[in-house]
Amino acid sequence: MTAISDRRQLAYIAAQAADARVNIELEAEGMTLNIGPQHPATHGTLRIVARLDGEQVVEANPIMGYMHRGYEKLAEVRTYPQVTALINRIDWLGSFANEVPFILASEQLMGIEAPERAQHIRTILFEMARIANVTLFLGDMGVQLGAVTPIFYAFRDREHILNQIESATGGRFHPNFDRIGGLKDDLPAGWIDETKRSLKEIRKFCDQMEDLIIGNEIFQARTRNIGVIPADIALSYGMSGANLRASGVDWDLRRDSPVGLAYDKVDWKVWTHTDGDSFARYWVRLQETRESCKIVEQLLDTIPSGPIMAKVPRIIKVPAGEAFIETENPLGVMGYYVVSQGGLEPFRVKIRSASFSNMSISPWLLKGAYVPDVITILASLYFILGDIDR
Amino acid sequence: MMLAWIWSDWPWTLDTVVRLIFAIVVVLLPAGVTVYLYLFKMVSFMQSRLGPMEAGPYGSMQLLAEVGKNLQKEDIFPAKADRTIFALAPYVVLMSTFLLAVVIPFGPQATFVNLDTGVFFALAVSSVSVVGVIMAGWASASKYSLLGGLRAAGQLIAYELPLILAVVGVVIQAGTLNLQGIVTAQTQGEIFGFGGLGHPFILTQFIGFFIFLVAVQAELTQVPFDMPIAESELVSGYMTEYSGFRFLMFFIAEFATANIFAFLGATLFLGGWQVPPFVHDLLGVDANWQYFNLIGPGVMLFKMLVLTFVVYWVRFTFPRFREDQLQKFAWKFLIPLSLVNIAITGVLKVAFS
Repeated sequence: MTAISDRRQLAYIAAQAADARVNIELEAEGMTLNIGPQHPATHGTLRIVARLDGEQVVEANPIMGYMHRGYEKLAEVRTYPQVTALINRIDWLGSFANEVPFILASEQLMGIEAPERAQHIRTILFEMARIANVTLFLGDMGVQLGAVTPIFYAFRDREHILNQIESATGGRFHPNFDRIGGLKDDLPAGWIDETKRSLKEIRKFCDQMEDLIIGNEIFQARTRNIGVIPADIALSYGMSGANLRASGVDWDLRRDSPVGLAYDKVDWKVWTHTDGDSFARYWVRLQETRESCKIVEQLLDTIPSGPIMAKVPRIIKVPAGEAFIETENPLGVMGYYVVSQGGLEPFRVKIRSASFSNMSISPWLLKGAYVPDVITILASLYFILGDIDR
Repeated sequence: MMLAWIWSDWPWTLDTVVRLIFAIVVVLLPAGVTVYLYLFKMVSFMQSRLGPMEAGPYGSMQLLAEVGKNLQKEDIFPAKADRTIFALAPYVVLMSTFLLAVVIPFGPQATFVNLDTGVFFALAVSSVSVVGVIMAGWASASKYSLLGGLRAAGQLIAYELPLILAVVGVVIQAGTLNLQGIVTAQTQGEIFGFGGLGHPFILTQFIGFFIFLVAVQAELTQVPFDMPIAESELVSGYMTEYSGFRFLMFFIAEFATANIFAFLGATLFLGGWQVPPFVHDLLGVDANWQYFNLIGPGVMLFKMLVLTFVVYWVRFTFPRFREDQLQKFAWKFLIPLSLVNIAITGVLKVAFS
């Protein structure tokens, strides 16, 4: 009984304090605008507390953690094969890409290498996850700027890729397909031709977005010279992925350290842009989608024959040790630091997710921006809430 | 006893009631048509989807379902809202729509009010809606609404000027502010001695027509000028806190005003309710044939559909400007352009008359 009345008392005090804060706000110059945690632009539960002077942002702070699910801790009470089902949900738009670095780290600890065919198919699915992820960004950027139509094209054409992922793995969004030592299954018959056809649709989609969005003068006026990140600042905040390459840093882990994936067997290019603004980030992502199509097409032609699974014991026990593997995921560099003490479960899993580091630049970047540009800049940084909060 | 004047002049009362009913029909019916045709269906086809398909054949009853849904909803007042002003704001916005509709001619006799300064009146009442929008934005006691309301104020005032200046060219050419007179001037006009098409002012006032369309788009706060609503930034701008019936009023006002402005544009630039004069010769009738009172609304509806098509086409194609870019566009491009247009029109008018 007393506990309830105490709580009421506390709620009353809190309400009074909130009122007092509002009153101070009205008296002082400017106002504080809470963007989120529920807001159409944050696609998830990101909250940005912005102090405004007119429409200009004086100070903006992202507040993360509304969707924290504790995957690092949960992974400690699950066996290694069970962990992939969890970490699928980190970057939910390109799920397969989340599994790969963890599996690679576990394989490194066990001293196993997946057969070449498995590596090839892993790379294909990895790149298809990237396409499925970035396609949505290409349309979503339009929505954030007020053009509603492109997102529907994005959903339509992403479906081609999702169908292929589904027919290969059984899961549209969360494949849970990667295993320590290889893959769960081989590709179904006819999959290669079907995939080539859907890649053609994605190329068409890229051309369409280039016409609809990149070629649009209003889009250029809204994004050029907005949210400029110089290369040294981007590096010092630990940014990665397309955000970093749009600032002119030529760094791509797919090319620079292709661990356990087949990127060294194909001919492709890392795109960079020198401007570092919102437009550059969009442009780089568009080029990367085309580059991904190129990679997948080449790999589809050169899949070697052979087993899909290395020799792995039925019950996976990982010897004691630690491993850290990073890969170039759709949103940026994703790394898993796996510590094993020789049991069935990992002792500690530290997840380095790209969006968390990419978001950390936002207080620096949003200072002095206008409210409409806040939305543009956040959209162009391209974060996924699951990837920030884990 | 108070209402004795109603019976004292019975024909006038009847006339007024009929006019009121027709005004409501003129505002609401085309709004329903365009919302279904364009907002539900055309846009869906643009976005590679079907749109509503369940309510009625091809979803044609969807609008009734939407209205019914909104009528059932709770009428929510935010805790700190200024209740009176919050409640009044949608009526003010909708009032501007109705006031705008009453001056538009639909036939030789089919007008609600035939004002001598019809153009002037129409442009004056079109800015009344700003008052309602600011009321809504301020009274909602929400920061998003406030930002939206203030943006709307800045934008609507900036675009009032090009709208008026664009119409001045038409007024110079027609030599009258009366909308009925402008329609007549277009019917009697000739292009290089050929009078078969009359002289719709779009042919000579194409710059004015372009400025008119852009300014109307901004007045309606449609993309690319929808910063006051700006769904991805300000949630819904000044409408954020509204629900149920009051939201429905904003919704009706938004789309009905689009039609009324299209009616106005059709009257000013596309020849109004008149069919091209060669049809008169084919039918062997006079330009003021009494059956044009029936044909005229149909002609206007067709022209209105053409213009609103452009409005919605643009709306679902472009991204939106930023507030400062919008002001720059108005003050540095549209207004100088319309002034140049007026100057050229004036010089040519003197030279050719």
